[in-house]
Amino acid sequence: MTLETFLQQLANGISLGSLYSLIAIGYTMVYGILRLINFAHGDIFMMAAYFMVFGMVNFSLPWYISIIIVLIATIALGVLLERVAYKPLRDAPRMSIMISAIGASFLLENLATYLFTGVPKGFPDITFLTNSVTIAGVSLSVATIITPVVTIVCLFLVLFITNKTKIGMAMRAVSKDFETARLMGIKINRVISTTFIIGSSLAAVGAVLWGSKYPSIIPLMGVMPGLKCFIAAVLGGIGNTTGAVLGGFILGMAEIMLVTFLPALTGYRDAIAFIILIVVLLVKPTGLLGEKVTDKV
Amino acid sequence: MLKIRDLQVNYGGISAVKGINIDVPEKSIVTLIGANGAGKSTTLRSIAGLVKPKFGSIEFMGQNILGMDPTEIVAKGITLVPEGRRIFGNLTVLENLKIGAYLQKSGIEEGIEKVYELFPRLKERSWQYAGTLSGGEQQMLAVGRALMAKPKLIMMDEPSLGLAPLIVNGIFDIIKEINKQGVTILLIEQNANKALKVADKAYVLETGTITIEGTGQELLKDQRVKDAYLGSKHTKEINI
Ligand SMILES: Nc1ncnc2c1ncn2[C@@H]1O[C@H](COP(=O)(O)OP(=O)(O)OP(=O)(O)O)[C@@H](O)[C@H]1O
Ligand SMILES: [Mg+2]
Repeated sequence: MTLETFLQQLANGISLGSLYSLIAIGYTMVYGILRLINFAHGDIFMMAAYFMVFGMVNFSLPWYISIIIVLIATIALGVLLERVAYKPLRDAPRMSIMISAIGASFLLENLATYLFTGVPKGFPDITFLTNSVTIAGVSLSVATIITPVVTIVCLFLVLFITNKTKIGMAMRAVSKDFETARLMGIKINRVISTTFIIGSSLAAVGAVLWGSKYPSIIPLMGVMPGLKCFIAAVLGGIGNTTGAVLGGFILGMAEIMLVTFLPALTGYRDAIAFIILIVVLLVKPTGLLGEKVTDKV
Repeated sequence: MLKIRDLQVNYGGISAVKGINIDVPEKSIVTLIGANGAGKSTTLRSIAGLVKPKFGSIEFMGQNILGMDPTEIVAKGITLVPEGRRIFGNLTVLENLKIGAYLQKSGIEEGIEKVYELFPRLKERSWQYAGTLSGGEQQMLAVGRALMAKPKLIMMDEPSLGLAPLIVNGIFDIIKEINKQGVTILLIEQNANKALKVADKAYVLETGTITIEGTGQELLKDQRVKDAYLGSKHTKEINI
C-alpha cells in the first residue's frame, strides 16, 4: 500500500467516524434524559437526507437555503416524534416506550418507502462540498475535510449548552430526577423537547454531510448508521456526549482500517461494530467514559 | 395562609389520605407527625402538585392551588424539601442552589449569599459535586436549594432522617431561624419530641386521618401522643 492510499483512508476513517459521532450524540443525549434508546433516530437522519433532496432537487433551492429548511423540518419531525410516540408514555414502564421507539422507527421507514419509493434517489450535488482538493498528494473532497471540523464544533456547542447554560443545567437535573426537577419549577417537557431539538439538528447536519459523501438516498439508509451510532454511544459510555464522539471516531476508524488492511474482510465491515459492542458489553459495560456513580443514598 | 379541606388522595384505588383538614397560619411552624405510611408525604406531595388528589381543596393565600402544576405552585411561593433530600448529585453545590432559583429572575446572587450565611459548610464546598457531600451536608443543601425559590411557605419532609443527633439539633435551629426570617413552615418529622417543641400547631396523622390536633405544647402533654409517638415506657417504639 502506498502512503497516499493510507493517508486517504485515514482521512476517510476520521470523516466517517465524525459522521457517526454526530448521530451518536443524539442517541446519547436522549438516553441521558429519558433512559430510552431512540431507535427512530437513524430514521430521522434518513428523513433529513430526503428533505435535502426535496429542497434542492424538487424545489431547486440553493444549498444554503435548503440546509436551513432541512434543519427546521428535521427538528420539527424529532419534536413531533417525541410528542406523539414518547410523551404519552412518560409514566409507563421502560419497555413500553422502547417498543414505541421501535414502532416509530418502522413507521418512518415504511412511510418513506411509501412516499418516496424504494428506488434510490441521488443526493443533490453541493459543489462546495464535493469539490476535491489535493493535500500532500492526497485528493480529498471538501466534505471529507470539513466533517471532523463540523463535528468538533458541534461537540463544543453541545458541551457549552449542557454545562454552561440554564437550560443545560435543567437538562442535567432532569436526567437525574424528573420529580425533583419539577419541584424546582422546571418544565420537564420543555427540557425533553430541547434534547430532541439538539439531537435532530445534529442528525440533519450529519445527513447533509453523509449525502455529500455517499450520494444514494434510500428509505433504509438510516438503519445501519443508526445501529452503529447507537453502538458508538454505548462504546463511549451512553449518556456521555464526549464519549459518543469518541465512540463514533473509534468505530469509523475501525471500519475503514479493516477495509484498508484486510481487504479480504471487506464484507465484514458492518460486523466490526457489533463485535465491538459485544466486547464492550463483556469488558466494560459502562463504556469508555461511562457515568461514575457518586450518589449517596 | 394554607387551608386544606377534606383532602382525599388515592393511589390506584387504595386511599392514602382520607379527607383531612389542615390550617397553616402565616409565619407559623406547623408539624405533621404520624407513623410510617400514615400519609404525611402524600399530603405534602399533594400540596406541591406532584400527586393529583381525588377530592378536596387546597387554598394558598385565598387561591385554590389544587390541580396546578408543580411549576405554578413553586411560582406562588411554596417549596418542598423532599423526603430523602433528593439533591442533584451530578450538579455542583452551587448549581444545586442555582437550580433552586430556576424561576427567579433576579436576586439569585443575594439568595446564594444568604444560604451560605445560613450554611457556611456549603460555601466551602461550592464546587464539589453534591453527590459527594455527607448526608448532613446534603440535607443542608436540600434546605438551601428550597430557600433559593424565595418561598413564603417551605415544606420539609423528614429533614432529620438519618442524621446524627448533633446535626439534627442544627437542623432544628435552622428551621427556627428560617421561620424567624418570616417564612412559614410545614414540617414532617419522625422526631416528634423535637418537632412538637418548635411547633405552634401540630397534627397527628394516622392511616390517612387526622386523629389529634392542637398546639405543640398541648400535644406534648397528650397521653395518646406520649404513648404512640414520644416513646414513653409503656409502649414499644412503633416508629422506625
Ligand atoms: N406512588 C405510590 N403508589 C402507591 N402507593 C403509594 C405511593 N406512595 C405512597 N403510597 C402509599 O400511601 C400510603 C401513605 O404513604 P406516605 O408516603 O404518604 O406515608 P408517610 O406518612 O410519608 O410515611 P413515612 O413516614 O414512612 O414516610 C402508604 O401506604 C404508601 O404505601
Ligand atoms: Mg414520608
